[in-house]
Amino acid sequence: MSGAEPLLRIEALEVVYGDFQVLWGVSLQVRAGEVVCLLGPNGAGKSTIMNATTALVPRHAGRVSFRGEDLAGIPTHGLVARGLAHVLERRRLFPTLTVRQNLLLGGFNPAARAHRSESLVWVESVLPFLVERKDQLAGTLSGGEQQMVAIARGLMARPSLLMIDEPFLGLSPRVIDEILAIVERINRQGVAVLFTEQNVQLALSISKRGYLLESGRILLEGSGREMLEHETVRKVYLGL
Amino acid sequence: MIYGQVLVDGLIVGLIFALVAMGLSLIYGVMNIVNFAHGEFMMLAMYFCFFLWILAGIDPLLSTPIAAVLMYFVGVAVYRVLIRQVLQATMVAQIFATFGLLLFMQASAHFLWKSDARTIPQSWVSGQFQLGGLFFNGPEVVAGAGALMTAAALYWFIHRTETGLALQAVAEDAQAARLMGIDSDRVFGIAWGVSCAAVAIGGGLLSTYYAITPLSGARWALPAFVAVAIGGFGSISGAFLGGLIIGVVQTAGGFFTSPNYKHLFVFALYLLVVFWRPYGLLGRR
Repeated sequence: MSGAEPLLRIEALEVVYGDFQVLWGVSLQVRAGEVVCLLGPNGAGKSTIMNATTALVPRHAGRVSFRGEDLAGIPTHGLVARGLAHVLERRRLFPTLTVRQNLLLGGFNPAARAHRSESLVWVESVLPFLVERKDQLAGTLSGGEQQMVAIARGLMARPSLLMIDEPFLGLSPRVIDEILAIVERINRQGVAVLFTEQNVQLALSISKRGYLLESGRILLEGSGREMLEHETVRKVYLGL
Repeated sequence: MIYGQVLVDGLIVGLIFALVAMGLSLIYGVMNIVNFAHGEFMMLAMYFCFFLWILAGIDPLLSTPIAAVLMYFVGVAVYRVLIRQVLQATMVAQIFATFGLLLFMQASAHFLWKSDARTIPQSWVSGQFQLGGLFFNGPEVVAGAGALMTAAALYWFIHRTETGLALQAVAEDAQAARLMGIDSDRVFGIAWGVSCAAVAIGGGLLSTYYAITPLSGARWALPAFVAVAIGGFGSISGAFLGGLIIGVVQTAGGFFTSPNYKHLFVFALYLLVVFWRPYGLLGRR
């Protein structure tokens, strides 16, 4: 595995908003089938890494490649067909469209549309509540349900990598457990997952590896165990 | 009976207002831009049908679909050349862009065709008839029916097609829509094309009985703005409803007082709605 080209490779990424630099030479990678988390406090630049990867914010410097292809110059709407799905922070469902319409939009790109009905059967088997709620307006769902629909909408594109920004934000412990189980379930089906989270223990409980970010720089990287045992993590993030 | 006649006349005019308003609301809903030049696309379609009639003897009923197709491409071109440049700009810049377009199109029409009123006195739909004690004017009935059919087609396009679904997605959250693989730039262009084609159909149908001047489009677009506000900005069904209401209020107000005052009632109604439901009848807060 280590010799193969990673699914997502980010090298020396820099992002600047106006005269404020958010990311300083960030490098990371996600290999096929992995679950990887981006850790760090609010404002560390976790979301910006994802948004720069999908060209929602411009990349000032650095290189992002997906499945060996350089993503320079590829617009946001061209990425999902390449197998890169991105669930934005705060779910960002289409609130006045139904659950079913949201899912159909997830499989809108021509590549995914060819087998959209099979994808629908698949995500509805992973998340059966989608069937009962199919005609409900997405904006009227609870936070946890919205998060599940957002993940399902991402899966409709049949991605090889699903990036989820803050999947647990504002959810109750019971719902967090449900989302954790869903992430593990979709990962077992071969989908790599990259997600952001502030709670180190929670994130590392399902991640193979993690990256710890601080003020736009990667402070630390390693396997879940290495990170949990690291002195800085124990002191600053776990309070031990 | 007189009330019935006023109501029917009002609804027929209202259907045209509804069609004009739906196109306005479509663009606003998808990209938050108010197209002040909306009526000018209608005016262009009127002149197009007039000249085809006078120069080639083609009936407006035939030239209207051609005008719609042409105006679709004009709408896409206006989006690409002008609107795309102000998408990220401030609201003031966007207002100047479309209001400037209105001035440009009106001035060009004055320059090319003068301000003389042109009319098409005789066409396939000319004539009057009587039905159930009510009087009907052929061109107006056909224009109303055509507007209703176009409005239904527009509704079908937005709510029953894949492109319509993409349009709705971009309207709700353009960034999230891009992540679904939707090219929002293309969708914006389609919205302009469809909006201009719809208003062109209104213009073509009006050319059979309405005097054509460089200001003809603006006369219909201004009340249509009120219809959009009454229905709720961005709501297509709201714009349709608002158009019908405006048609009836304007006709009834003009009939029971004097035609000079007919706009007064429309704008008085607008003020009432703004105080009572600022987000419109079917709009979202």
